[in-house]
Amino acid sequence: MSLIQEIDYGTPASQSEAQVTLTIDGREITVPEGTSIMRASMEAGIKVPKLCATDMVDAFGSCRLCLVEIEGRNGTPSSCTTPVTPGMIVHTQTGRLKDIRKGVMELYISDHPLDCLTCAANGDCELQDMAGAVGLRDVRYGYEGDNHVKARNNGEVNAKWMPKDESNPYFTYDPSKCIVCSRCVRACEEVQGTFALTIEGRGFGSRVSPGMHEHFLDSECVSCGACVQACPTATLTEKSVIEIGQPEHSAVTTCAYCGVGCSFKAEMRGEELVRMVPYKDGQANRGHSCVKGRFAYGYATHKDRILNPMIREKITDPWREVTWEEAFAHVASEFRRIQYQYGRDSIGGITSSRCTNEETFLVQKLIRAGFGNNNVDTCARVCHSPTGYGLGQAFGTSAGTQNFDSVEQSDVVIVIGANPTDGHPVFGSRLKKRLRQGAKLIVIDPRRIDLVKTPHVEASYHLPLQPGTNVAVLTSLAHVIVTEGLFDEKFIRERCDWSEFEDWAAFVSEEQHSPEAAETYTGVPAELVRGAARLYATGGNGAIYYGLGVTEHSQGSTTVMAIANLAMVTGNIGRPGVGVNPLRGQNNVQGSCDMGSFPHELPGYRHISDDATRETFEKLWGVTLNNEPGLRIPNMLDAAVEGTFKGIYIQGEDILQSDPDTKHVSAGLAAMECVVVHDLFLNETANYAHVFLPGSTFLEKDGTFTNAERRINRVRKVMSPKNGYADWEVTQKLAQAMGLAWNYTHPSEIMDEIAATTPSFALVSYDYLEKMGSVQWPCNEKFPEGSPIMHVNGFVRGKGKFIRTEYVPTDEKTGPRFPLLLTTGRILSQYNVGAQTRRTENVAWHAEDRLEIHPHDAEQRGIKEGDWIKLASRSGDTTLRALITDRVAPGVVYTTFHHPDTQANVITTDFSDWATNCPEYKVTAVQVSPSNGPTEWQEDYEELSRRSRRIAGKLEAAE
Amino acid sequence: MNMRVSAGDPAERSLQIIRDLKHLEGPMLPILHAIQAEFGYVPDEVKPIIANELNLSRAEVHGVVTFYHDFRDHPAGRHVLKLCRAEACQSMGGDRIAERVKQLLGIDFHETTRDGAVTLEPVFCLGLCACAPAAMLDDEVYGRVDEHCLSEIVVEARR
Repeated sequence: MSLIQEIDYGTPASQSEAQVTLTIDGREITVPEGTSIMRASMEAGIKVPKLCATDMVDAFGSCRLCLVEIEGRNGTPSSCTTPVTPGMIVHTQTGRLKDIRKGVMELYISDHPLDCLTCAANGDCELQDMAGAVGLRDVRYGYEGDNHVKARNNGEVNAKWMPKDESNPYFTYDPSKCIVCSRCVRACEEVQGTFALTIEGRGFGSRVSPGMHEHFLDSECVSCGACVQACPTATLTEKSVIEIGQPEHSAVTTCAYCGVGCSFKAEMRGEELVRMVPYKDGQANRGHSCVKGRFAYGYATHKDRILNPMIREKITDPWREVTWEEAFAHVASEFRRIQYQYGRDSIGGITSSRCTNEETFLVQKLIRAGFGNNNVDTCARVCHSPTGYGLGQAFGTSAGTQNFDSVEQSDVVIVIGANPTDGHPVFGSRLKKRLRQGAKLIVIDPRRIDLVKTPHVEASYHLPLQPGTNVAVLTSLAHVIVTEGLFDEKFIRERCDWSEFEDWAAFVSEEQHSPEAAETYTGVPAELVRGAARLYATGGNGAIYYGLGVTEHSQGSTTVMAIANLAMVTGNIGRPGVGVNPLRGQNNVQGSCDMGSFPHELPGYRHISDDATRETFEKLWGVTLNNEPGLRIPNMLDAAVEGTFKGIYIQGEDILQSDPDTKHVSAGLAAMECVVVHDLFLNETANYAHVFLPGSTFLEKDGTFTNAERRINRVRKVMSPKNGYADWEVTQKLAQAMGLAWNYTHPSEIMDEIAATTPSFALVSYDYLEKMGSVQWPCNEKFPEGSPIMHVNGFVRGKGKFIRTEYVPTDEKTGPRFPLLLTTGRILSQYNVGAQTRRTENVAWHAEDRLEIHPHDAEQRGIKEGDWIKLASRSGDTTLRALITDRVAPGVVYTTFHHPDTQANVITTDFSDWATNCPEYKVTAVQVSPSNGPTEWQEDYEELSRRSRRIAGKLEAAE
Repeated sequence: MNMRVSAGDPAERSLQIIRDLKHLEGPMLPILHAIQAEFGYVPDEVKPIIANELNLSRAEVHGVVTFYHDFRDHPAGRHVLKLCRAEACQSMGGDRIAERVKQLLGIDFHETTRDGAVTLEPVFCLGLCACAPAAMLDDEVYGRVDEHCLSEIVVEARR
């Protein structure tokens, strides 16, 4: 294995269809019109010296190193800013050019330290490379006089010198090494879209400045790493590289955080991870990253990771470390005992959206074939199950319709119940780029998310609705489109069922669904709704992106259908730039749903009652499958409390922290006799576990993740599992202990089994993924290269289905005791329940959960910024500190759920989506009052956590 | 020159200035000029306000402000005396005059006299090359200055 070196073409690719032929250094080359001479040269294999150019940003022409001579033209134009023309004859190396380049390099080096041997970029420095390339042998100007290099000049303080900024936990900024090429500034602007960097001063005084001459950590910087990647010198360098040194080999793998599924090069030295660098050929991220994927991998080697299996008789006992064999034998005998004693249906399992497709497939196989029941569910239950149901009903597939590239062709984008710049940052950056090019934005969210107004981006419409009124707002948007005749009749007649459309159109046209009528309970001014509807219907390619603010409601499935209706009625389906796009929360939510994790569905979304599908699996697995759907997570917990459900195998999900109504979850778990938790850490659920099986990280296994655009991406093992086994091996060994004859030697064999049994994966194999990089399902005979865009010539289900979406207010209502509505969300630097990100330096940005409250509501309650407050609902109460902001409307409060000591889900209720049981996290009636400290529940729970994390023979870990 | 001290809350006053001018094409420079005219300099705390109103990042505003030497980051003295340091003025004895003025004021370039009367700045250039050496006191230019002329100017300014 070697270090993957990607070619830097210097300037971005031209999208033009027209071709231009020219001659560079005697070589003829044909490139798309608009290509720079620099890029054309690189394509011909000629490297023109350069410093300020890199193909992640537009040409800038400042370094004066890439000059060329063109026959018939005067002077020495820069090759990065000069586009090719037909018949052009270019020389990249002449006596004149050599002299100029050498002179330019001399000037650069005269203000640059000469500490190459001890420099962190040694071996990966473009300045060093260019000094070599132009043959620099001498610096005639010397190193005396004005400079930015030395802290003192002849004993006097050098005012131009600036100390290193080490404030960011992951990278350093050393101004003394800066050549002011502006690559970092442009990367921050063009790629990330944050505009946190600038060049301050002018001339020799020019320096890169985060914010207004601030430290990186205090500036607007979001630590995406684009600037570090762009920097040609050691000015911006990963701290890990400074500490370890340059990597020597690398593998392309897929980030294990959100559903964007960014491709990274894991750059290694031996089995030590040096850094994660976004992969330019990654088709989801196109070479970009966020702070989590780029830097927050430290949890993989965190001291809290449990590396040995553990058992205990009662959850009040300390844990006892055992061998793997003992653990497997114990679980197998316990599960069999429970089934013998309480019946076959008394056990079940939960698959993980964090694990690979192969691992998920195995867990559901273990449950269906080994446990002999269908009591399998997945964490998607609590996030995107309504997406699966709603889109399945409307279009016939339970997935988003587009690839991420599609956003580059959108003209109007609706973002509803999602916060891409925090939750899906790389997609957020791609969206912002398109918005800066002129696309229009409509945000439907109770909170003023960043996208509503952020440098160079401003939403045309922000509809700040009352939490829980999504359906009403979407139906009133449809009302406007239908009653004002803005619908796409041709599309509807061709692609959808016309009589269903007529029925639906009559429904939405009713006066009660007009924006004016809905305004009273949605809180959105009718004019805004009308304006937004007209813009979406008539503004060109309209795309809808949505997140958990849509699904995690009692009407989550209805909202998804309402979104599908909007896309169909405006003809925004089946081509690039349009579509309905769920932004998946976790790396493999899509995959875990695809892999048959739901109690009623076998892999590929085929109902368990379908005889033909069952037969496929029965034949292969040699068992008879139960044709009745099994229990969902909430049903398992209910059954546990009732005493009929006694054992569970939970792979990679912390249901205690992430599922609603924590007290009910803990009661359910406490009532079971064998709770098996398979995870990296002793998570909150493990407080109620009897067996703990240590898990492996995404760096320690082979497999695939499927992202939000249905893209199947390879995950590649770069280090041995610290716990001994990859997760798929653990599940296999557990199955073997239960008497199943499984014998997979590599995850590729599991993928082959998936492909053999699941039509939408028919052509997928590791060899094919190796060849293609990645594919988007369906990938079969009909779509051999996968399906970037779905429903191109017609809906998968046949005719698109319009469904009436009657608004039914949630039962969770505000009243005198609980007058505020709580909604929850994510923040950029933290991820979900925080098990991983809390164990990284990301805590520098978000050390605790805060409650966002409007100044008006705060003042009424005598709450000041930073005060401890008590947050109480009908379910429970907790305490946290207040953050006073007008991002939330009066009457609405907001918090994140990244920290277990906050336990926001103690507050949430057990109301859920009518169709899929997806919990209603986004609406809880609450009261907020000043407080002195932790509630009784928090104190009790902390005590329980402390006790239940004891491991015999080990000192109590300080949390 | 720009030494008027603004009355009222600076944040509120600058917001007013920005809102009056933000409709212009390329509003940043006119706004910065107006801010400097109001406060005598561009206060750091005004940059985020400009950024917010123009929907830019505060880094961008900072980049523009620091690019132009004429935008000050702290108040100047009651008067600003600029001496042209460009080629023509240097060849006509500008260096000697500069040294003399520094002596007279007891300060170096970019400094303000202790009584707050005069700030001395170099400038490149005043475009008065035909009348070199040149100087400028506040908004008024002086050509063919000599030591005598400048000491009068200084005395006048310090009064």
